[in-house]
Amino acid sequence: MKLNRRDALAMGLGATAVAMLPMRAFAAAEDAIAAFTGGAEAGEGDITLDAPEIAENGNTVPISVTAPGAAAISVFAAGNPTPNVVTFNFGPAAGSQYASTRIRLAGTQDVIAVAKMEDGSYIQTAKTVKVTIGGCGG
Amino acid sequence: MISRRDFLQVGMAASAMLGASGFGNWARLAAQQTLTQDQLLEFETFGNVSLIHVTDIHAQMKPIYFREPEINLGVGENKGQVPHITGAEFKARYGIVDGSPSAYALTYNDFSALAKEYGKVGGLDRVATVVNAIRAARPDALLLDGGDTWHGSYTCYHTEGQDMVNVMNGLKPDAMTFHWEFTLGQERVREIVDGLPFAALGQNIFDAMWDEPAEHFEPYKFFERGGVKIAVIGQAFPYMPIANPGWMFPDYSFGIRDENMQAMVDEVRAQGAELVVCLSHNGFDVDKKMASRVTGLDVILSGHTHDALPEPVVVGDTIIVASGSNGKFVSRVDLDVRNGQMMGFRHKLIPIFSDVIAPDAEMTALIDEQRAPYAEEMAEVIGTTDTELYRRGNFNGSWDDLICDALISEREADIAMSPGVRWGPSLVPGDNITREDIWNVTSMTYPNAYRTEMTGEFIHTILEDVADNLFNPDPYYQQGGDMVRIGGMGYRIDITKPQGSRITEMTLLKTGEAIDPAKTYTVAGWASVNEGTEGPPIWDVVESHIRKQGNVTLDPNTSVEVIQG
Repeated sequence: MKLNRRDALAMGLGATAVAMLPMRAFAAAEDAIAAFTGGAEAGEGDITLDAPEIAENGNTVPISVTAPGAAAISVFAAGNPTPNVVTFNFGPAAGSQYASTRIRLAGTQDVIAVAKMEDGSYIQTAKTVKVTIGGCGG
Repeated sequence: MISRRDFLQVGMAASAMLGASGFGNWARLAAQQTLTQDQLLEFETFGNVSLIHVTDIHAQMKPIYFREPEINLGVGENKGQVPHITGAEFKARYGIVDGSPSAYALTYNDFSALAKEYGKVGGLDRVATVVNAIRAARPDALLLDGGDTWHGSYTCYHTEGQDMVNVMNGLKPDAMTFHWEFTLGQERVREIVDGLPFAALGQNIFDAMWDEPAEHFEPYKFFERGGVKIAVIGQAFPYMPIANPGWMFPDYSFGIRDENMQAMVDEVRAQGAELVVCLSHNGFDVDKKMASRVTGLDVILSGHTHDALPEPVVVGDTIIVASGSNGKFVSRVDLDVRNGQMMGFRHKLIPIFSDVIAPDAEMTALIDEQRAPYAEEMAEVIGTTDTELYRRGNFNGSWDDLICDALISEREADIAMSPGVRWGPSLVPGDNITREDIWNVTSMTYPNAYRTEMTGEFIHTILEDVADNLFNPDPYYQQGGDMVRIGGMGYRIDITKPQGSRITEMTLLKTGEAIDPAKTYTVAGWASVNEGTEGPPIWDVVESHIRKQGNVTLDPNTSVEVIQG
């Protein structure tokens, strides 16, 4: 039998891992983040991005973000053809600045969360999510 | 006043001294043929709590040989750190004498010669004797099973794990966590768990659809022992749907989830836990990292990566205990817990020398009862071996060389791939190879030996991907297996490089030519995680090959060149 790449990927030892992200993807993510922050530099702060280290299924990766005091949190997938994933806006009546969803990742990449704080400043955090099919358990 | 940390170091020193004197004595005693069960079990009961840890038994109910790895490389911060030292370095680190029982139990050197001297190891009837002896000294000792229990043998496959469930119930564990168990399929796992007379734990076992804790598994369980309120938190293997076929247990999601682990520790502390124990199937390096990120864990009983360590490793205020695999060891950890604090510990990794430790008759009968319906077909001799057959090691083992030879010859392939699992006992030269021996290194619920075509480029991608599962410098991105074993092809690996540039010089061995990225090669392999994989079960392929060989003789495998940096 002759396998196409998709079949072969699922042969147990295969992988969709993207070894090196194309520069275009990084640039696209930087542009998207700059569009969200209006070009302002995002610093470090009280922002948490929860995502698996290795995705069980790259097509539906559960993530959650929280940043107390945020007016909005935007999530970017640096390695996706379209890096913008979602923006959560929090009104003054919001009980907490927390949101969760599932996202699709094209391959191993950094997921970046940027929060716009009530004072107009920006903070960000990132986590590498590995997308792989295969490997062998001990 | 002595701080908590000082106490831990005192405990460590005491443990090290006990270990060192024990090793020395054993060497002399063995030379005089007087190594006894009492010496193996010798332990001055300490404190007020005893933990007994077994893990990664892989359904090995009877004594076996098990050769520890020659190559077990650490990367990043773990380079050269325990458990990533082997052989002479390991012996020097722990003061182990060449040729001693401890050298035989814990290292690979002179394995076949020492195996003839010291005999087989393990056997759950011997483990029962050890557990009973510890319970005689401390009747309320906790027995904790780290998982990979209901997988790995002829009888376990044919009874869908029932043989191991019956035998482990005879040992009366208090709690268990999981990995290969899930490859029995989720319905079967739930059926067994529903009937278990002990706790099935995993704080990281989640419902895949709702992303909330799964119904059949508790995150933790409380025990009151020696007047101490103990919480045992379970941690199942984090990467089950990636390293094993997720379609067999689609309702479940795993992951490390160390934030949730911290939440569970805080929750049990708030409920008055004075001692917090994590029963883990993370693998050793993942446990070390978790211990550095989660506060409030006193003890991690570590499984998955099959490391056997004669002393716990201390990370902050947490001690990490690694108890080997295949029934070869039992760890005993005595703890002094006062005023809600672990004040000290005493530890011993007890090697189960099956000729020294008397089998527990009741357990022998229970084991034989499970095996009886299959005894005849398991005992059939398929061939013999002149070569030491073993599996453990990062890059290759002779069992996998034999399996790859079988795949190439029986499936007419250019290249063969065998998964880098860490289970599977060893055989020594002169041994018969029985059907049971073949199943011990191949038994699984997705055994089909596929035959397919792959481009050179794609083979490279596979090797890079698996290498990153093993050599990513961040332990949280490692899956805990060894490198995929390759037959018919050589390569060079630089473990210090990032993913995509570790693997070079791929060479087709039969022609000596470089692998062409654009060319297509016929590849045979087994243990695909893909649903609907076609081909005969691997044990039939291997049996047919060994029958034709009669007597197995393998040349040393020199096809992988390793650059350690």
